[in-house]
Amino acid sequence: MSDARTAILHRVRDALSDRPMAGDIPRDYDLHRDYPDLLELAQERIADYKADVRRVSPAQVGTEITAALARRGAARVIAPPGLPTDWRTPEVTWLDDTPLGLDELDAADAVVTGCAVTIAETGTIVLDAGPTQGRRALTLVPDYHLCVIEAHQVVATVPEALARLDTTRPLTFISGPSATSDIELDRVEGVHGPRTLDVLLIES
Amino acid sequence: MARNPVTWMGVPTFPKAAQEALGDSQLRSNLRHATHTIRDKRAAAVGEVPDWERLRRAGEAIKDETLAHLDTYLQKLEAAVTSRGGVVHWARDAAEANAIVLKLARAAGADEVVKVKSMATAEIGLNEALEEGGVTAIETDLAELIVQLGNDRPSHILVPAIHRNRSEVREIFRNQMPEAPADLSSEPKALAEAARRHLRKKFLSAKVAVSGANFAVADTGSIMVVESEGNGRMCLTLPQTLITVMGIEKLVPTSRDLEVFLQLLPRSSTAERMNPYTSMWTGVTPGDGPQEFHLILLDNGRTATLSDPVGRQALRCIRCSACLNVCPVYERTGGQSYGSVYPGPIGAILTPQLVDDPHDKQAASLPFASSLCGACFEVCPVRIDIPEVLTHLRARAVAEKSKMSPEALAMSAMATMFADPRKYALAQRAGAAAAKLAPSGSVSRLPFPGSRWTATRDMPMPATESFRTWWKTNRKDSDE
Ligand code: SF4
Repeated sequence: MSDARTAILHRVRDALSDRPMAGDIPRDYDLHRDYPDLLELAQERIADYKADVRRVSPAQVGTEITAALARRGAARVIAPPGLPTDWRTPEVTWLDDTPLGLDELDAADAVVTGCAVTIAETGTIVLDAGPTQGRRALTLVPDYHLCVIEAHQVVATVPEALARLDTTRPLTFISGPSATSDIELDRVEGVHGPRTLDVLLIES
Repeated sequence: MARNPVTWMGVPTFPKAAQEALGDSQLRSNLRHATHTIRDKRAAAVGEVPDWERLRRAGEAIKDETLAHLDTYLQKLEAAVTSRGGVVHWARDAAEANAIVLKLARAAGADEVVKVKSMATAEIGLNEALEEGGVTAIETDLAELIVQLGNDRPSHILVPAIHRNRSEVREIFRNQMPEAPADLSSEPKALAEAARRHLRKKFLSAKVAVSGANFAVADTGSIMVVESEGNGRMCLTLPQTLITVMGIEKLVPTSRDLEVFLQLLPRSSTAERMNPYTSMWTGVTPGDGPQEFHLILLDNGRTATLSDPVGRQALRCIRCSACLNVCPVYERTGGQSYGSVYPGPIGAILTPQLVDDPHDKQAASLPFASSLCGACFEVCPVRIDIPEVLTHLRARAVAEKSKMSPEALAMSAMATMFADPRKYALAQRAGAAAAKLAPSGSVSRLPFPGSRWTATRDMPMPATESFRTWWKTNRKDSDE
């Protein structure tokens, strides 16, 4: 295949023999925009995708996690390796990713994670496979994902989020639960990814 | 050289296919509903972004920079992917790319691969090639699955089964999915659930996945795939081996550039602030995702496109499909009339360039499949001047022909007519009048200069209204 490589690079250089000059890239778009209440914006925008989003105080997190899992009837819940201990509420059975096999992931009721960063404007949660999130399969196979976001992880814009991320880590950007509009453009939630996404926003 | 499968074999040229499509009122009403829904939503999603025009300029400039130094960036990408444990392959054409995928699938011991929807693999006819080699490709995007099970062709870049309505989908599922319940309803929710059940086992057991790429970052080797359903994440995460087929123009220089495209793409394409899922990976990550990663860099007519100083801007395209949804010609003829995996305005300029063969009549007819109203340029997030490229390609198509052939005369008459708004309007009005007299809906004679065209073929004339008149009325509607 090195033949193909040489040939293609050769063709590219030939094609560019007129030496097109690309101008400078204008970066005058907004990197940041100010909002009076970022958490409120995040809550509104994530909820727009039909996710259930609640703002909670740091002291309430444990109770709220228990309540959310109970509301969804989740008893066997996956915990990424670095899930904070006070999030591991005693009311459910926690499954540690030892690692778990695919059928074990499939049989679990839910997964609880943190996040790397959240984009308020677009209502997007970004996971970077860090300790509170674990490998990508954990948030993919179970049908219910409960994500806990801390106030300091919320930024306003897409450029701010990317600036915070190490893009060479495995990244997953999540905006609401799985959805399709392929049949007559009727939006249906829950195709292959988790059907339900709940979010707890911890106020600082 | 083998035929480039970017155009479909055995389908008529655009004017003929369009004429048939225009007679299908069900298709036209499906399309009208679809394009108008997305169009209106898109306008709202874009209206929310105060720096939209600045983002468009940045997107345009990033892609131009990439194209101007494509050799350098490709080599950077190759080095970065390789240093992260991936393997890079190069493919001059469809046959070469298909052979690589087939070889890799076999090496992984797979007789089945799961696929993320991808224009590049559609363009090279990968599914058919794998089938010939004894490997079944399973489309996992709902719309692609509908097209695949229905033994059909896609009609839209983003929503390939947009020409099908819910009861047709139900019939396809009932006939083609052994496990579909007998009382399957035609509710989209029930249909999506049937697809979920049908594919779940496949996701959990597949050894090999094949995807395209929305973006690749030259300096880090990271690849990004944007999707909605989670079928993409399934394919990109669960199988041991991942094979990504990517056009050589799909890269951006740095990861910072993604901040521009992650804003431009979702709003232009599905009219959402952000699509539900975006996955990004860099080579191989031990313990997370596929442990074998192959990236196939595909030319298949892209270098030919790059060599044309006017036409090369088509390579900026990020396949958002916004131009389809605003195109009055697409709306009336549907995607399949273009006879190519790339329909609509972008197809009209990209397909003939990728095919790069003046004898391919089907491809040659495509630059004429437009009224040059300019709406496609206005919505394009990377500012591709589609009308400019169209006129350029028309001139080229005419020049390819011998001056004396009836084809050339017809083409040049069409080119003159389309290039001059006044003549165009006149001819169309004449055509519309003629259409009233010809209840079959097909117009076989037009006054001069259209007569030069209809002397050799029937002119596809949409009902009694010209595209321009229609467009004006329509624009008024959407402003209200
Ligand atoms: S040409 Fe522009 S509007 Fe059309 S699909 Fe490509 S990027 Fe989108």
